[in-house]
Amino acid sequence: MSMVEEAQVLPVKSEVSKRQARPSSRARIIFSKLAHTPRFWVGAVTLAVIVLWSLFGLAGYTYNAVGLDVMAMNTAPTAAHWFGTDQIGADLYAQTIVGLRKSLIIGFVVGPVSALLAGFIGALAGYLGGVWDRIIVWFIDLLLVLPALYILIMLYPLIKGGSWVIVMVYLAVFSWMILARVIRAQTSSLRDRDFVKAARFMGVKTSTIIRRHIIPNVSSLLIIDATLGVGAAILTETTLSYFGFGVQPPDVSLGTLLSSGTGAATTRPWLFVFPAAILVITVLATSLAGDALRDAVDPTSGANRD
Amino acid sequence: MTETMIVPGTHPQGVTPVLEVENLSVTFPQSGADVRAVRGISYHVNPGEFLGIVGESGSGKSVSSMAVMGLLPSSAKITGSIRFQGQSLLERSDGELSRIRGKGLSMIFQDPLSALTPVYTVGHQIAEGLLLHDKKLSTRAAALRAVELLKIVGIPSPERRAEAFPHEFSGGMRQRAMIAIAIANDPKLIIADEPTTALDVTIQAQILEVMQQAKEMTGAAVVLITHDLGVVAGNADRIAVMYAGKLVETGGVDQVFHEPAMPYTIGLLRSMPSMASTEARLVPLEGRPPSLAALPPGCPFAPRCPIAIDDCRKAEPALVAQPGDPFHSAACIRSAEISDGTLERADVFPRPQPVAAGIPVENAGAEVLSVNELVRHFPLMKGSVFKRQIGVVRAVDGVSFDLGAGQTLGLVGESGCGKSTTIMEVLELTKPQHGGIRVNGIDVAQLSKRDRLKMRKDIQVVFQDPMASIDPRLPIHDVIAEPLTVHGVSRKEQQRKVSQMMELVGLDPEMASRYPHEFSGGQRQRIGIARALVTAPKILVLDEPVSALDVSIQAGVINLLADLQQQLGLSYLFVAHDLAVVHHIADHVAVMYLGRIVELGASDDVFNRPRHPYTQALISAVPIPDPTLERSRRRVLLEGDLPSPTDEIPGCNFRSRCPLYTLLPENLQQRCKDEDPSLRALEGISVACHHAEHDVLISTGTEGQCR
Repeated sequence: MSMVEEAQVLPVKSEVSKRQARPSSRARIIFSKLAHTPRFWVGAVTLAVIVLWSLFGLAGYTYNAVGLDVMAMNTAPTAAHWFGTDQIGADLYAQTIVGLRKSLIIGFVVGPVSALLAGFIGALAGYLGGVWDRIIVWFIDLLLVLPALYILIMLYPLIKGGSWVIVMVYLAVFSWMILARVIRAQTSSLRDRDFVKAARFMGVKTSTIIRRHIIPNVSSLLIIDATLGVGAAILTETTLSYFGFGVQPPDVSLGTLLSSGTGAATTRPWLFVFPAAILVITVLATSLAGDALRDAVDPTSGANRD
Repeated sequence: MTETMIVPGTHPQGVTPVLEVENLSVTFPQSGADVRAVRGISYHVNPGEFLGIVGESGSGKSVSSMAVMGLLPSSAKITGSIRFQGQSLLERSDGELSRIRGKGLSMIFQDPLSALTPVYTVGHQIAEGLLLHDKKLSTRAAALRAVELLKIVGIPSPERRAEAFPHEFSGGMRQRAMIAIAIANDPKLIIADEPTTALDVTIQAQILEVMQQAKEMTGAAVVLITHDLGVVAGNADRIAVMYAGKLVETGGVDQVFHEPAMPYTIGLLRSMPSMASTEARLVPLEGRPPSLAALPPGCPFAPRCPIAIDDCRKAEPALVAQPGDPFHSAACIRSAEISDGTLERADVFPRPQPVAAGIPVENAGAEVLSVNELVRHFPLMKGSVFKRQIGVVRAVDGVSFDLGAGQTLGLVGESGCGKSTTIMEVLELTKPQHGGIRVNGIDVAQLSKRDRLKMRKDIQVVFQDPMASIDPRLPIHDVIAEPLTVHGVSRKEQQRKVSQMMELVGLDPEMASRYPHEFSGGQRQRIGIARALVTAPKILVLDEPVSALDVSIQAGVINLLADLQQQLGLSYLFVAHDLAVVHHIADHVAVMYLGRIVELGASDDVFNRPRHPYTQALISAVPIPDPTLERSRRRVLLEGDLPSPTDEIPGCNFRSRCPLYTLLPENLQQRCKDEDPSLRALEGISVACHHAEHDVLISTGTEGQCR
């Protein structure tokens, strides 16, 4: 509501400037703003706990992810099997932790990497314009129309060895294009803004302009995409595993656990609820931290927004 | 509270006012404190009257008129009473209001592009308003009436134009179409919210003319809301000045302009650069309007008021009639002292003293920037796959000028005349399409990459819009230090220079780690200036540096620019469409029209005795904030809009709009048709007109045009 904004003159004095009279760089301001956002700490601490748990959660635990306890098949959570067991007696707690490790790596590599790819390629196309723009957009469109799954199937014989790592690369390479087009469109309008022109007239290098002006101004989109991408990558990996790529039994990931547990959600809920809950908590914590980061990067967010 | 406004006698005997607003308050609930945008204002508008409401942005002038139209969001809390022709408007439902809106009460908005629907033809949109309020009207009759209305507002070939879409109209024509819609149903009251702010001066003069005409034809009363005192001076009967959501002064236009009784009005009037005066320094109105969410007790203007006394901070003064003049009221406890002369108006806001010159300019007047026959043509392409050129946009078509050390060259013209393209070409520091650019005597086409980077230190730019020219995501320190990063200056040195520059432009260096949005418009423009100055340049290119600022803030920035020039010996290339500002600051002026310079000379010569008919029209279109002068002078009105720069015009390209051309005998007209005039020397200035010696336009009585 512009009228209200117009009528309101905001003598906001940010906490940052009160505390330190010395002018500080943008990075330091962002960090100190983050440090003062409770949301960020909730998200970050939760994530840290999850990571630590996935690393050390099996220490001192009797069972492992591959061994089967034939004496206790289909049991609900007990003192011995904390998350219960499935129909062949595999311990769900151990499997969840092992799966979590893999899923965390997949999620936290694929989400941010694809957002970064989208950011840099999109910004480059939008900022350079002309022939470069056309070449990059043509390449983006090519990747968009290529049936990604078939390519994976075709290439699969070549990459059989380190299967799930390849899947990670594949996920990152095939998930940045749409965002890149959005970023490109935003960049080409940013390029005509006076502050970018001003930087150009000062003689600032193209790469510096993109890093200093373009990326921070489209960062809201990038951060949102990166955080949502974490959850999306974990789930997409499931689909690929279903087709026989990615994580294959007896190896597990959160995704494969979930997809095999879905059918039992009503009859043996522990098979579904525990992996699902952990996935939800992970994605939620990422979103919280990402949201706080977005607000920290965007100076106009927070107090004076209605 | 302000009953004085409605005392019997302020309106003619037995006439009920068209609009009566009483004790109107508008509050926007906000999570923190409520924003009280309008705080109890009362006014009335008599039939056929022209009321001007003046105020800076954020004064609540638009909100109060939106309340009258019933167009405020439902979250706004509105109290008080609004009576239109005796009927109360506030308690009505939206449906009932819609029957009154557009018929009895109509509105003209600021931005004519967003006020018209892009997907319907203009004729259709005018007819829509007619059909809505007159069910018996046939579609055909409505369409005919729409054409008639377009003719009334002065749109050429209205039959064809009625079929056109809004994007095919120029800004001025769109605003004319808006006026046509507004007067379609013979309204009793037209509210115009900054109707000319988005337009060029020449178009503004046309639109104001059309509005006067429309008012006379329909007999409607007009409420004109504006920040430009010049616009109301020549048109309004009465004026109401708003500040911080309240009326602070009302009265007849002559009283308010000649004998203002409220310090805010005095300050506003004195802060305006005027074509009629060339005082060396403007009078800035320091500070900014208070936050409407947390108003301190007392007079809201007290913090900015130079004559505030302790009593001012205790209670807010009410609007009271001035002794001896019941029609003139002011909200100031010291207004009596002001009107009886105890407090001299000129002393309330004293003119600041000019600063002493710092370093004397080395080889003053030596040429630092020289542009010779600069050309910039943009090809006009058609087709998506196989592009072919269908024409050429002659944005800049052979422009030459020189800028001397320590001097200011003003580049003026309507939007679209190529002045911005010219300076962008200069700032690129590369070889132009045609012609040459020399900075400090060095041809920029010959520069190596490294030398060009070094030269960028010497020539810097300040942009028009301080919101757009500063990266919203960079703290101020990084913004100002940015030019230094290019030249490998150490971080420590950067910090030192940034605080030094902030001090220089009047900002507190403590604020360096804040973000741009925490600053007001004027402060942001100061940041822009600090950034431009941090590399200690010799030439500053100023692209409309004050046109986006409020009047009261504008004066401060102009003074700052003048001071900096004195202190640092800078040379300015000053681009503006506001001639009053240019007149004030420039030593030399170049007037541009369609990519050419049509008149070039010393500022005083050009403004006091313009030779080119275009310059004459431009100068006479600038409103002067003085009702007496404004009424007495004769205007040279330009016909129509700027022609498209793609047109190939043989002969003089100004011919189509030239007021002199129409007055010339045929044998002289022939020369304009055949021969393209080039700049020629005439009594100390250069002018591109064959018949510049003919003084027909100014000799026929434009007294007091610019004295």
